[in-house]
Amino acid sequence: MSSGTPPLEGAPKPQVQAVNCPKCGAAITLRAMGQAVSVVCGSCHSILDAKDPQLAILQAFDKIVAADQPLIPLGTRGKIRGTDYEAIGFERRSIKVDEVRYNWHEYVLFNPYKGFRYLSEYQGHWNDVSVCKEQPIVDTRYSIALTANYLGQVYKHFQTADASTDYVLGEFPWEVHVGEQARVTDYVHPPQMLSQEKMSNEVTWSSGEYMPGRDVWSAFHLSGSAPQAVGVYENQPSPFSENIKAVWLGFAALAVGLLVMMIGFDVTAKKEGVFHGAYQLNRGEPKGEASFVTEPFDLGGGTSNVEVTTSAGVQNNWIYVNYALINQDTGEAWDFGREVSFYSGYDSDGSWSEGKQHDAVIVPSVPAGKYYLRIEPEVDPMHPMVVYTVDVTRDVPVTGFYGIGFLALLIPAIAITWRSVSFERARWSESDHPPAPILNRGDN
Amino acid sequence: MTQPIATCPNCGAKIVFKWSSSVQTVCEYCKSVLVRTDVDLKKVGVVADLPPDISPIQLNTEGHYRNKSFVVVGRILYEYEQGGWNEWHLMMDDGTSGWLSDAQEEYAVSFAASGQKLPAESQLQVGGQFSWNGDSYALSVITKAHFRGVQGELPFQYWDKSDVVFADLRTSSRKFATLDYSDEQPALYLGELVEFDDLKMKNLRQFEGWS
Repeated sequence: MSSGTPPLEGAPKPQVQAVNCPKCGAAITLRAMGQAVSVVCGSCHSILDAKDPQLAILQAFDKIVAADQPLIPLGTRGKIRGTDYEAIGFERRSIKVDEVRYNWHEYVLFNPYKGFRYLSEYQGHWNDVSVCKEQPIVDTRYSIALTANYLGQVYKHFQTADASTDYVLGEFPWEVHVGEQARVTDYVHPPQMLSQEKMSNEVTWSSGEYMPGRDVWSAFHLSGSAPQAVGVYENQPSPFSENIKAVWLGFAALAVGLLVMMIGFDVTAKKEGVFHGAYQLNRGEPKGEASFVTEPFDLGGGTSNVEVTTSAGVQNNWIYVNYALINQDTGEAWDFGREVSFYSGYDSDGSWSEGKQHDAVIVPSVPAGKYYLRIEPEVDPMHPMVVYTVDVTRDVPVTGFYGIGFLALLIPAIAITWRSVSFERARWSESDHPPAPILNRGDN
Repeated sequence: MTQPIATCPNCGAKIVFKWSSSVQTVCEYCKSVLVRTDVDLKKVGVVADLPPDISPIQLNTEGHYRNKSFVVVGRILYEYEQGGWNEWHLMMDDGTSGWLSDAQEEYAVSFAASGQKLPAESQLQVGGQFSWNGDSYALSVITKAHFRGVQGELPFQYWDKSDVVFADLRTSSRKFATLDYSDEQPALYLGELVEFDDLKMKNLRQFEGWS
């Protein structure tokens, strides 16, 4: 047709050729401008030789089983990485694992200058796929291929399975056959993946990059929204793996900050002893508790916390003290009760002990001023004789707050790590290398 | 560069050589295959009509490869089981010639490599290893192709062919090699797979509805 005219002359020819199926006579649209090898009749689904002007029949079917509808209608154009591509072919393939068939779809994309590109879709997960120009190198040091090296990047073996082609539509740059088997081996380095397809006399490598469904929808201006992706796909980028490092670095920075604050407050805290009293309770009669007040003492400086420590030499015994810290000038009072008890003994398991011989409590935010304590002790009537001391210290460092702060930082870091680990477990549970049960140590 | 001008001994049309070292050209009008002799052009054959063009590349397409610019001055068209492909003959701006192949729009640029030890056709087998210029190549596929025709200027006589055997060899990089068994003596071409955009080509064929 064009050979009779010198180059560079003549109007461009219309690019969609209209021909008819030699089997059923239906019109067939050819979109790949002569670059396709096979074309499928949309009506009777015969697979035809696209290189033959007569479209010789390569494979015909008595009936079509499990027809499928491409989510990207053939003939739709979209922009991928800045290049326009037209969807021209569609196939459904499957693998069978433990008697369960897993289906996925592949779309053939075409640009008359750049050639072919592919999209694969499995349960809402998409990959932008092209044939490798560089040959990946499989690590053959072990009897099974565990890694492949491609463009300086190591990919981990994910799965090897026999895939069959179950349904085809449109045009293909190879001789497509329904029922054809290929051994497919996937390697992953999220969001990238590598796929090796081994047919009887041919090995093809392709590389894919994970593409969210919404990106496919916007690239091809498809109506509605992309189907929700189900589960975790083999090269789906983890939403957590990027965060984990940042979260732990943040945690480390804040923990160091907390530690510095803690040390700082500990150093600057005055820890000023303002009162000390030693008492002996010796009461024969169990009832009629006596209460008394201490000498007044000064809480200097500004408002600060106040620690009241009760120590008693109790032995299989207890003392309970009702305190009131009272401002001598204003009468403002802080009431609290503290118990000191200590028990120990010996049984079939050996010696044991419970409790402590002293107790400390912090009263927060006590204004400066002159104070005294009202003390009302109670004791075990069986042990009426108890010696105890009371100490009051103002402006003491508080450590409990730091512990809570530390935990508050630790929890999100652990949570995100846990989610990341769960994501990776979900990914690899679909592979030939499923993770060990979580209770058995030694996975990874 | 002076462009040698001659007339077609068959139809009298003007023949312009773009590349001074061209050995063969095809008259655009009568499709005579013309071979240069010391004195004039000799008609050696006629090319059959070529099938419709499917490549975006055409004669006079210009481009760049590794800091050299090139112009497409000729081509050899082959057919194989995946369809047709062209070996476009490139005139590089340093006066050398190169080749740009476009099988299924996978582009590759290669250059003839002489002085290498080459295997005989009978020795070829897929997976065989070879080493040229310090690179190791593995034979990936042996293709029986059918010579379909020529167009424009070529650096050698090439027209009376039918079935030809090629062996493609790959490396772990984009480098590849082709062994060409279309003549008595095998020929080696060393090159690399290239991206369409990297060649920055102009004067491409227009596809209606595509830019």
